[in-house]
Amino acid sequence: MTLVNAREEILLSAQETRAAIHLLADQICADITQPKKRVMVGIRRGGAVVAQLLRERLNPLLGLELPMGSLDITFYRDDLRTIGPNPVVGATDLTMQIDDKRIILVDDVLFTGRTIRAALNALFDYGRPEAVDLVVLVDRGGRQLPIQPDYAGHILATGGRDSIKLVESQPGEWHLVRRWLE
Amino acid sequence: MGTPLWNRKHLLGMADLTREEIHSILEAAASLREVNRREIKKVPTLRGKTIINLFYENSTRTRTSFELAGKRMSADVINMSVASSSVKKGETLVDTLATLHAMNPDLVVIRHPESGAQEFLARHLDAALVNAGDGRHEHPTQALLDLLTINDHLPLLGRAGFEGLIVAVCGDSLHSRVARSIALGLRTMGAEVRFVGPPGLIPPHAEEAFGVRVFHHLEQGLANAHVVMALRLQLERMNVGFIPSVREYFTFWGLTRSRLAKAAPNVIVMHPGPVNRGVEIASELVDDPECSVILEQVANGLAVRMAVLYRLCGVGGGR
Repeated sequence: MTLVNAREEILLSAQETRAAIHLLADQICADITQPKKRVMVGIRRGGAVVAQLLRERLNPLLGLELPMGSLDITFYRDDLRTIGPNPVVGATDLTMQIDDKRIILVDDVLFTGRTIRAALNALFDYGRPEAVDLVVLVDRGGRQLPIQPDYAGHILATGGRDSIKLVESQPGEWHLVRRWLE
Repeated sequence: MGTPLWNRKHLLGMADLTREEIHSILEAAASLREVNRREIKKVPTLRGKTIINLFYENSTRTRTSFELAGKRMSADVINMSVASSSVKKGETLVDTLATLHAMNPDLVVIRHPESGAQEFLARHLDAALVNAGDGRHEHPTQALLDLLTINDHLPLLGRAGFEGLIVAVCGDSLHSRVARSIALGLRTMGAEVRFVGPPGLIPPHAEEAFGVRVFHHLEQGLANAHVVMALRLQLERMNVGFIPSVREYFTFWGLTRSRLAKAAPNVIVMHPGPVNRGVEIASELVDDPECSVILEQVANGLAVRMAVLYRLCGVGGGR
Protein backbone atom coordinates (compact mmCIF):
# COMPACT_ATOMS: atom_id res chain seq x y z
CA MET A 1 0.00 0.00 0.00
CA THR A 2 1.47 3.38 -0.93
CA LEU A 3 1.00 6.44 1.14
CA VAL A 4 -0.05 9.08 -1.37
CA ASN A 5 -1.63 11.61 0.91
CA ALA A 6 -1.43 11.26 4.65
CA ARG A 7 -3.54 13.25 7.04
CA GLU A 8 -3.22 12.91 10.75
CA GLU A 9 -5.58 13.40 13.62
CA ILE A 10 -4.88 13.13 17.32
CA LEU A 11 -7.48 10.72 18.68
CA LEU A 12 -6.38 10.91 22.30
CA SER A 13 -4.00 13.51 23.69
CA ALA A 14 -1.27 12.45 26.09
CA GLN A 15 -3.50 13.49 28.97
CA GLU A 16 -6.51 11.60 27.60
CA THR A 17 -4.37 8.52 26.91
CA ARG A 18 -3.14 8.53 30.49
CA ALA A 19 -6.70 8.99 31.80
CA ALA A 20 -7.95 6.09 29.64
CA ILE A 21 -5.17 3.85 30.92
CA HIS A 22 -5.87 4.80 34.53
CA LEU A 23 -9.55 4.02 34.06
CA LEU A 24 -8.63 0.64 32.53
CA ALA A 25 -6.32 -0.10 35.46
CA ASP A 26 -9.06 0.74 37.95
CA GLN A 27 -11.53 -1.55 36.16
CA ILE A 28 -9.04 -4.42 36.02
CA CYS A 29 -8.12 -3.91 39.65
CA ALA A 30 -11.75 -4.12 40.73
CA ASP A 31 -12.03 -7.56 39.08
CA ILE A 32 -8.84 -9.04 40.51
CA THR A 33 -9.50 -11.48 43.31
CA GLN A 34 -6.20 -13.38 43.37
CA PRO A 35 -3.47 -10.85 42.53
CA LYS A 36 -0.68 -13.41 42.94
CA LYS A 37 -2.06 -15.45 40.06
CA ARG A 38 -1.87 -12.52 37.68
CA VAL A 39 0.79 -12.01 35.01
CA MET A 40 0.76 -9.11 32.58
CA VAL A 41 1.88 -9.72 29.00
CA GLY A 42 2.13 -6.90 26.45
CA ILE A 43 2.19 -7.53 22.70
CA ARG A 44 5.15 -5.78 21.12
CA ARG A 45 5.48 -3.02 20.40
CA GLY A 46 2.43 -0.88 21.21
CA GLY A 47 0.86 -3.35 23.63
CA ALA A 48 4.06 -3.58 25.66
CA VAL A 49 3.93 0.21 26.12
CA VAL A 50 0.31 0.12 27.29
CA ALA A 51 1.10 -2.80 29.60
CA GLN A 52 3.95 -0.86 31.19
CA LEU A 53 1.73 2.18 31.77
CA LEU A 54 -1.07 0.00 33.14
CA ARG A 55 1.31 -1.69 35.50
CA GLU A 56 2.59 1.62 36.88
CA ARG A 57 -0.97 2.32 38.01
CA LEU A 58 -1.90 -1.24 39.00
CA ASN A 59 1.11 -2.08 41.18
CA PRO A 60 0.37 0.48 43.90
CA LEU A 61 -3.35 -0.33 43.77
CA LEU A 62 -2.62 -4.05 44.27
CA GLY A 63 0.28 -3.52 46.62
CA LEU A 64 2.58 -5.84 44.68
CA GLU A 65 4.79 -6.01 41.59
CA LEU A 66 2.85 -7.69 38.79
CA PRO A 67 5.13 -10.01 36.83
CA MET A 68 5.44 -8.61 33.32
CA GLY A 69 6.47 -10.04 30.00
CA SER A 70 6.34 -9.03 26.36
CA LEU A 71 5.44 -11.05 23.32
CA ASP A 72 6.70 -10.59 19.77
CA ILE A 73 4.28 -12.31 17.42
CA THR A 74 6.18 -11.91 14.14
CA PHE A 75 6.84 -15.63 13.80
CA TYR A 76 3.18 -16.43 14.50
CA ARG A 77 1.65 -14.15 11.89
CA ASP A 78 -0.62 -15.66 9.25
CA ASP A 79 0.47 -13.27 6.50
CA LEU A 80 4.08 -14.25 5.68
CA ARG A 81 2.92 -14.55 2.08
CA THR A 82 1.58 -10.99 1.84
CA ILE A 83 3.74 -8.93 4.20
CA GLY A 84 6.87 -9.95 2.36
CA PRO A 85 10.22 -10.64 3.91
CA ASN A 86 10.87 -7.43 5.83
CA PRO A 87 8.85 -7.26 9.01
CA VAL A 88 10.77 -5.75 11.90
CA VAL A 89 11.47 -8.58 14.29
CA GLY A 90 11.52 -7.92 18.02
CA ALA A 91 12.29 -10.25 20.86
CA THR A 92 9.87 -12.05 23.12
CA ASP A 93 10.67 -11.67 26.80
CA LEU A 94 8.62 -14.16 28.75
CA THR A 95 10.78 -15.70 31.42
CA MET A 96 8.21 -16.24 34.14
CA GLN A 97 6.15 -19.38 34.56
CA ILE A 98 2.68 -18.90 33.04
CA ASP A 99 1.21 -22.33 33.86
CA ASP A 100 -2.04 -21.93 35.86
CA LYS A 101 -1.70 -18.13 35.83
CA ARG A 102 -4.42 -15.71 34.86
CA ILE A 103 -2.85 -13.66 32.06
CA ILE A 104 -3.67 -10.02 31.43
CA LEU A 105 -2.92 -9.82 27.70
CA VAL A 106 -2.47 -6.23 26.55
CA ASP A 107 -2.46 -4.64 23.09
CA ASP A 108 -2.73 -1.04 21.96
CA VAL A 109 -5.25 -1.33 19.10
CA LEU A 110 -7.69 -4.18 18.48
CA PHE A 111 -8.75 -4.42 14.82
CA THR A 112 -9.14 -7.66 12.83
CA GLY A 113 -8.28 -9.90 15.79
CA ARG A 114 -5.48 -11.63 13.89
CA THR A 115 -2.74 -10.26 16.13
CA ILE A 116 -4.56 -11.60 19.19
CA ARG A 117 -5.02 -14.98 17.49
CA ALA A 118 -1.26 -15.08 16.87
CA ALA A 119 -0.51 -13.89 20.41
CA LEU A 120 -2.68 -16.63 21.93
CA ASN A 121 -0.88 -19.26 19.85
CA ALA A 122 2.47 -17.86 20.93
CA LEU A 123 1.40 -17.69 24.57
CA PHE A 124 0.36 -21.34 24.62
CA ASP A 125 3.81 -22.35 23.38
CA TYR A 126 5.10 -21.09 26.73
CA GLY A 127 2.67 -22.94 28.96
CA ARG A 128 -0.94 -23.47 29.89
CA PRO A 129 -2.43 -20.43 31.57
CA GLU A 130 -5.60 -20.85 33.60
CA ALA A 131 -7.26 -17.98 31.75
CA VAL A 132 -6.45 -15.02 29.51
CA ASP A 133 -8.12 -11.61 29.77
CA LEU A 134 -7.74 -9.22 26.86
CA VAL A 135 -7.13 -5.53 27.51
CA VAL A 136 -6.89 -3.01 24.66
CA LEU A 137 -6.45 0.72 24.69
CA VAL A 138 -8.57 1.10 21.54
CA ASP A 139 -11.17 -1.19 20.01
CA ARG A 140 -11.62 0.04 16.45
CA GLY A 141 -14.06 -2.63 15.25
CA GLY A 142 -13.51 -4.42 11.94
CA ARG A 143 -13.12 -7.88 13.44
CA GLN A 144 -12.42 -10.84 11.14
CA LEU A 145 -12.24 -13.39 13.96
CA PRO A 146 -14.45 -14.12 16.96
CA ILE A 147 -12.24 -12.26 19.44
CA GLN A 148 -13.53 -9.58 21.83
CA PRO A 149 -11.79 -7.54 24.50
CA ASP A 150 -12.58 -7.89 28.19
CA TYR A 151 -11.51 -4.29 28.74
CA ALA A 152 -11.37 -1.51 26.15
CA GLY A 153 -10.24 2.03 26.96
CA HIS A 154 -11.73 3.67 23.88
CA ILE A 155 -14.17 2.43 21.26
CA LEU A 156 -14.19 3.67 17.66
CA ALA A 157 -15.91 2.71 14.44
CA THR A 158 -13.45 3.00 11.57
CA GLY A 159 -13.46 2.18 7.89
CA GLY A 160 -10.11 0.50 7.66
CA ARG A 161 -8.49 3.09 5.39
CA ASP A 162 -6.55 4.48 8.29
CA SER A 163 -3.98 3.34 10.81
CA ILE A 164 -4.07 4.05 14.52
CA LYS A 165 -0.81 4.21 16.44
CA LEU A 166 0.57 5.12 19.83
CA VAL A 167 3.19 7.84 19.42
CA GLU A 168 5.68 8.96 22.05
CA SER A 169 5.59 12.76 22.06
CA GLN A 170 7.99 13.16 24.97
CA PRO A 171 9.74 10.50 27.03
CA GLY A 172 6.97 8.65 28.90
CA GLU A 173 4.23 10.72 27.22
CA TRP A 174 2.16 8.82 24.67
CA HIS A 175 -0.72 9.96 22.53
CA LEU A 176 -2.90 8.17 20.02
CA VAL A 177 -2.76 9.21 16.36
CA ARG A 178 -5.01 8.27 13.46
CA ARG A 179 -3.48 8.50 10.02
CA TRP A 180 -5.61 8.26 6.88
CA LEU A 181 -4.26 6.27 3.96
CA GLU A 182 -5.46 7.07 0.44
CA MET B 1 14.29 2.56 13.28
CA GLY B 2 14.31 1.76 9.59
CA THR B 3 12.81 -1.39 8.15
CA PRO B 4 15.57 -3.87 7.44
CA LEU B 5 15.89 -4.64 3.77
CA TRP B 6 15.70 -8.12 2.37
CA ASN B 7 14.48 -8.68 -1.15
CA ARG B 8 16.73 -11.47 -2.33
CA LYS B 9 15.30 -14.71 -3.55
CA HIS B 10 18.57 -16.62 -3.09
CA LEU B 11 21.46 -16.55 -0.68
CA LEU B 12 24.43 -17.59 -2.78
CA GLY B 13 27.28 -15.70 -1.15
CA MET B 14 28.40 -12.92 1.17
CA ALA B 15 29.86 -11.05 -1.81
CA ASP B 16 26.33 -9.99 -2.82
CA LEU B 17 25.07 -8.79 0.55
CA THR B 18 24.80 -5.20 1.74
CA ARG B 19 25.26 -4.11 5.33
CA GLU B 20 21.49 -3.61 5.68
CA GLU B 21 20.77 -7.10 4.41
CA ILE B 22 23.24 -8.60 6.85
CA HIS B 23 21.61 -6.61 9.66
CA SER B 24 18.17 -7.89 8.70
CA ILE B 25 19.37 -11.49 9.06
CA LEU B 26 21.20 -10.85 12.33
CA GLU B 27 18.17 -9.05 13.77
CA ALA B 28 15.83 -11.94 12.98
CA ALA B 29 18.40 -14.47 14.22
CA ALA B 30 18.84 -12.67 17.53
CA SER B 31 15.10 -12.89 18.07
CA LEU B 32 14.84 -16.53 16.95
CA ARG B 33 17.46 -17.61 19.49
CA GLU B 34 14.76 -17.21 22.09
CA VAL B 35 12.74 -19.98 20.41
CA ASN B 36 15.66 -22.39 20.85
CA ARG B 37 15.74 -21.81 24.60
CA ARG B 38 12.06 -22.57 25.18
CA GLU B 39 10.48 -25.77 26.29
CA ILE B 40 8.45 -25.87 23.06
CA LYS B 41 11.13 -25.14 20.48
CA LYS B 42 8.93 -24.48 17.51
CA VAL B 43 7.17 -21.57 15.82
CA PRO B 44 4.54 -22.03 13.10
CA THR B 45 6.09 -19.47 10.72
CA LEU B 46 6.94 -21.76 7.78
CA ARG B 47 4.04 -24.18 8.13
CA GLY B 48 3.29 -25.77 4.76
CA LYS B 49 6.67 -24.82 3.25
CA THR B 50 8.85 -27.59 1.86
CA ILE B 51 12.62 -27.40 2.19
CA ILE B 52 15.00 -29.82 0.47
CA ASN B 53 18.55 -30.24 1.74
CA LEU B 54 20.55 -31.28 -1.32
CA PHE B 55 24.04 -32.33 -0.29
CA TYR B 56 26.60 -33.44 -2.87
CA GLU B 57 29.26 -33.48 -0.13
CA ASN B 58 28.93 -34.99 3.30
CA SER B 59 28.45 -32.50 6.07
CA THR B 60 26.63 -33.78 9.09
CA ARG B 61 26.98 -30.54 11.05
CA THR B 62 25.73 -28.13 8.42
CA ARG B 63 22.99 -30.43 7.19
CA THR B 64 21.74 -31.12 10.71
CA SER B 65 21.75 -27.43 11.50
CA PHE B 66 19.68 -26.61 8.41
CA GLU B 67 17.36 -29.53 9.09
CA LEU B 68 16.71 -28.48 12.66
CA ALA B 69 16.31 -24.84 11.60
CA GLY B 70 13.61 -25.79 9.11
CA LYS B 71 11.83 -28.03 11.59
CA ARG B 72 11.85 -25.42 14.36
CA MET B 73 10.16 -23.04 11.91
CA SER B 74 7.55 -25.78 11.16
CA ALA B 75 8.63 -26.39 7.54
CA ASP B 76 8.72 -29.89 6.08
CA VAL B 77 12.36 -30.80 5.56
CA ILE B 78 13.65 -33.54 3.29
CA ASN B 79 17.29 -34.58 3.05
CA MET B 80 18.69 -35.72 -0.29
CA SER B 81 22.22 -37.01 -0.28
CA VAL B 82 23.61 -37.30 -3.76
CA ALA B 83 26.80 -39.16 -4.56
CA SER B 84 28.40 -37.34 -7.46
CA SER B 85 31.23 -39.77 -8.07
CA SER B 86 29.70 -42.22 -10.53
CA VAL B 87 27.65 -39.96 -12.74
CA LYS B 88 28.94 -37.10 -14.83
CA LYS B 89 28.09 -33.89 -13.03
CA GLY B 90 26.14 -32.29 -15.85
CA GLU B 91 23.80 -35.24 -16.15
CA THR B 92 23.31 -35.50 -12.42
CA LEU B 93 22.34 -31.88 -12.10
CA VAL B 94 19.88 -31.95 -14.97
CA ASP B 95 18.29 -35.11 -13.60
CA THR B 96 18.19 -33.65 -10.13
CA LEU B 97 16.64 -30.47 -11.45
CA ALA B 98 13.79 -32.43 -13.02
CA THR B 99 13.24 -34.36 -9.79
CA LEU B 100 13.24 -31.17 -7.75
CA HIS B 101 10.78 -29.53 -10.12
CA ALA B 102 8.38 -32.42 -9.60
CA MET B 103 8.54 -32.04 -5.81
CA ASN B 104 7.90 -28.31 -6.02
CA PRO B 105 9.87 -27.22 -2.96
CA ASP B 106 9.79 -23.65 -1.64
CA LEU B 107 13.46 -23.64 -0.77
CA VAL B 108 16.50 -25.74 -1.60
CA VAL B 109 19.64 -25.81 0.54
CA ILE B 110 22.53 -27.01 -1.58
CA ARG B 111 26.08 -28.04 -0.95
CA HIS B 112 28.04 -28.83 -4.08
CA PRO B 113 31.77 -29.03 -4.80
CA GLU B 114 31.41 -26.67 -7.80
CA SER B 115 30.04 -23.15 -7.49
CA GLY B 116 28.49 -23.37 -10.96
CA ALA B 117 25.89 -25.81 -9.65
CA GLN B 118 24.26 -23.18 -7.46
CA GLU B 119 24.11 -20.68 -10.30
CA PHE B 120 22.62 -23.30 -12.60
CA LEU B 121 19.86 -24.28 -10.18
CA ALA B 122 19.20 -20.65 -9.24
CA ARG B 123 18.49 -19.91 -12.91
CA HIS B 124 16.23 -22.87 -13.53
CA LEU B 125 14.37 -23.53 -10.27
CA ASP B 126 11.39 -21.59 -8.97
CA ALA B 127 12.46 -22.31 -5.41
CA ALA B 128 14.65 -20.07 -3.28
CA LEU B 129 18.22 -21.33 -2.99
CA VAL B 130 20.65 -21.28 -0.08
CA ASN B 131 24.29 -22.04 -0.69
CA ALA B 132 25.52 -24.34 2.09
CA GLY B 133 29.04 -24.44 0.73
CA ASP B 134 30.43 -24.64 -2.78
CA GLY B 135 33.97 -25.85 -3.24
CA ARG B 136 36.47 -23.21 -2.15
CA HIS B 137 34.10 -20.42 -3.03
CA GLU B 138 31.54 -19.43 -0.34
CA HIS B 139 29.65 -20.62 2.74
CA PRO B 140 27.46 -17.64 3.60
CA THR B 141 25.51 -19.01 6.58
CA GLN B 142 28.78 -19.83 8.35
CA ALA B 143 29.87 -16.22 7.85
CA LEU B 144 26.53 -14.92 9.12
CA LEU B 145 26.71 -17.02 12.28
CA ASP B 146 30.23 -15.75 12.86
CA LEU B 147 29.01 -12.17 12.42
CA LEU B 148 26.20 -12.79 14.93
CA THR B 149 28.67 -14.27 17.44
CA ILE B 150 31.07 -11.36 17.03
CA ASN B 151 28.18 -8.88 17.26
CA ASP B 152 27.21 -10.36 20.66
CA HIS B 153 30.73 -9.76 21.96
CA LEU B 154 31.22 -6.21 20.67
CA PRO B 155 30.27 -4.58 24.02
CA LEU B 156 32.77 -6.76 25.93
CA LEU B 157 35.42 -5.88 23.37
CA GLY B 158 34.66 -2.22 24.01
CA ARG B 159 33.38 -1.60 20.48
CA ALA B 160 30.20 0.12 19.39
CA GLY B 161 30.15 -1.61 16.01
CA PHE B 162 32.22 -3.53 13.50
CA GLU B 163 34.17 -0.46 12.35
CA GLY B 164 37.77 -0.68 13.47
CA LEU B 165 37.37 -4.22 14.75
CA ILE B 166 40.42 -6.37 13.95
CA VAL B 167 39.74 -9.98 13.02
CA ALA B 168 42.66 -12.37 12.46
CA VAL B 169 41.70 -15.36 10.32
CA CYS B 170 44.49 -17.86 10.95
CA GLY B 171 45.57 -20.90 8.99
CA ASP B 172 44.56 -22.41 5.70
CA SER B 173 42.53 -19.69 4.02
CA LEU B 174 43.48 -21.04 0.58
CA HIS B 175 41.19 -24.06 0.82
CA SER B 176 38.60 -22.38 3.02
CA ARG B 177 35.28 -21.11 1.73
CA VAL B 178 34.57 -20.04 5.32
CA ALA B 179 37.56 -17.69 5.21
CA ARG B 180 36.37 -16.13 1.96
CA SER B 181 32.80 -15.65 3.12
CA ILE B 182 33.70 -14.23 6.52
CA ALA B 183 36.31 -11.90 5.00
CA LEU B 184 33.74 -10.54 2.54
CA GLY B 185 31.08 -10.20 5.24
CA LEU B 186 33.40 -8.49 7.71
CA ARG B 187 34.63 -6.07 5.05
CA THR B 188 31.03 -5.14 4.26
CA MET B 189 30.46 -4.48 7.97
CA GLY B 190 33.59 -2.28 8.11
CA ALA B 191 35.98 -4.50 10.08
CA GLU B 192 39.68 -5.00 9.37
CA VAL B 193 40.37 -8.58 8.30
CA ARG B 194 43.75 -10.29 8.36
CA PHE B 195 44.66 -13.56 6.70
CA VAL B 196 47.45 -15.08 8.77
CA GLY B 197 49.27 -18.18 7.56
CA PRO B 198 52.15 -19.63 5.56
CA PRO B 199 52.45 -18.23 2.01
CA GLY B 200 51.37 -21.54 0.47
CA LEU B 201 48.05 -21.53 2.34
CA ILE B 202 46.94 -17.95 1.58
CA PRO B 203 44.90 -17.36 -1.59
CA PRO B 204 46.90 -15.55 -4.27
CA HIS B 205 46.14 -11.80 -4.49
CA ALA B 206 44.13 -12.06 -1.24
CA GLU B 207 44.61 -8.33 -0.56
CA GLU B 208 42.86 -7.23 -3.74
CA ALA B 209 40.36 -10.08 -3.94
CA PHE B 210 39.06 -9.93 -0.36
CA GLY B 211 40.31 -6.59 0.99
CA VAL B 212 42.34 -8.29 3.70
CA ARG B 213 45.84 -7.73 5.11
CA VAL B 214 48.14 -10.72 4.81
CA PHE B 215 50.56 -11.77 7.57
CA HIS B 216 53.07 -14.58 7.20
CA HIS B 217 54.00 -14.47 10.88
CA LEU B 218 51.49 -15.64 13.49
CA GLU B 219 52.43 -13.32 16.39
CA GLN B 220 52.41 -10.28 14.11
CA GLY B 221 49.05 -11.28 12.72
CA LEU B 222 47.58 -11.70 16.20
CA ALA B 223 48.81 -8.34 17.50
CA ASN B 224 45.88 -6.32 18.90
CA ALA B 225 43.30 -8.56 17.24
CA HIS B 226 39.85 -8.49 18.89
CA VAL B 227 38.74 -11.71 17.27
CA VAL B 228 40.91 -14.68 16.34
CA MET B 229 39.44 -17.24 14.03
CA ALA B 230 41.31 -20.54 13.66
CA LEU B 231 40.62 -22.33 10.41
CA ARG B 232 40.45 -26.07 10.14
CA LEU B 233 43.55 -27.49 8.49
CA GLN B 234 41.85 -29.43 5.71
CA LEU B 235 43.75 -32.66 6.23
CA GLU B 236 41.63 -34.43 3.62
CA ARG B 237 42.81 -31.96 1.00
CA MET B 238 46.43 -32.16 2.04
CA ASN B 239 47.46 -34.90 -0.33
CA VAL B 240 49.65 -32.66 -2.42
CA GLY B 241 52.14 -31.55 0.22
CA PHE B 242 51.11 -28.03 1.23
CA ILE B 243 52.76 -28.52 4.63
CA PRO B 244 55.72 -30.64 5.75
CA SER B 245 53.94 -32.29 8.70
CA VAL B 246 51.06 -31.75 11.08
CA ARG B 247 53.42 -31.49 14.05
CA GLU B 248 55.52 -28.87 12.36
CA TYR B 249 52.37 -26.97 11.43
CA PHE B 250 51.32 -26.75 15.08
CA THR B 251 54.80 -25.62 16.10
CA PHE B 252 54.70 -22.62 13.76
CA TRP B 253 51.00 -21.95 13.23
CA GLY B 254 49.09 -23.54 16.12
CA LEU B 255 47.08 -21.11 18.26
CA THR B 256 48.22 -21.31 21.87
CA ARG B 257 47.50 -19.33 25.01
CA SER B 258 50.95 -17.70 25.03
CA ARG B 259 50.60 -16.60 21.41
CA LEU B 260 47.15 -15.21 22.14
CA ALA B 261 48.70 -12.84 24.71
CA LYS B 262 49.61 -10.56 21.78
CA ALA B 263 45.93 -10.02 20.97
CA ALA B 264 43.58 -7.38 22.44
CA PRO B 265 42.13 -7.78 25.96
CA ASN B 266 38.99 -9.98 26.09
CA VAL B 267 39.90 -11.46 22.69
CA ILE B 268 37.51 -14.16 21.53
CA VAL B 269 38.61 -17.34 19.76
CA MET B 270 36.41 -18.84 17.06
CA HIS B 271 36.57 -21.97 14.95
CA PRO B 272 34.12 -23.10 12.27
CA GLY B 273 34.50 -26.75 13.32
CA PRO B 274 35.18 -29.57 13.27
CA VAL B 275 38.32 -28.80 15.28
CA ASN B 276 41.62 -30.61 14.79
CA ARG B 277 42.81 -30.36 18.38
CA GLY B 278 46.54 -29.85 18.61
CA VAL B 279 46.85 -29.03 14.90
CA GLU B 280 45.54 -25.52 14.21
CA ILE B 281 44.63 -24.80 17.84
CA ALA B 282 45.73 -26.05 21.26
CA SER B 283 43.18 -28.31 22.89
CA GLU B 284 43.10 -26.24 26.10
CA LEU B 285 42.09 -23.11 24.16
CA VAL B 286 39.13 -24.88 22.56
CA ASP B 287 37.69 -25.58 26.02
CA ASP B 288 38.68 -22.30 27.66
CA PRO B 289 35.45 -20.51 28.64
CA GLU B 290 37.38 -17.24 29.03
CA CYS B 291 38.00 -16.90 25.31
CA SER B 292 36.48 -19.77 23.31
CA VAL B 293 33.08 -19.03 21.75
CA ILE B 294 33.03 -22.16 19.59
CA LEU B 295 29.86 -23.60 21.12
CA GLU B 296 28.13 -20.21 20.86
CA GLN B 297 28.90 -20.39 17.15
CA VAL B 298 27.05 -23.69 16.86
CA ALA B 299 23.99 -22.33 18.70
CA ASN B 300 24.07 -19.16 16.61
CA GLY B 301 24.33 -21.26 13.45
CA LEU B 302 20.93 -22.71 14.12
CA ALA B 303 19.36 -19.29 14.77
CA VAL B 304 21.01 -17.73 11.70
CA ARG B 305 19.76 -20.54 9.46
CA MET B 306 16.25 -20.11 10.86
CA ALA B 307 16.52 -16.40 10.05
CA VAL B 308 17.76 -17.09 6.51
CA LEU B 309 14.91 -19.52 5.85
CA TYR B 310 12.46 -16.97 7.25
CA ARG B 311 13.67 -14.06 5.12
CA LEU B 312 13.95 -16.14 1.92
CA CYS B 313 10.57 -17.85 2.30
CA GLY B 314 9.05 -14.42 2.80
CA VAL B 315 10.36 -13.30 -0.58
CA GLY B 316 9.54 -16.54 -2.39
CA GLY B 317 6.04 -16.67 -0.95
CA GLY B 318 5.31 -13.14 -2.09
CA ARG B 319 6.09 -13.78 -5.75
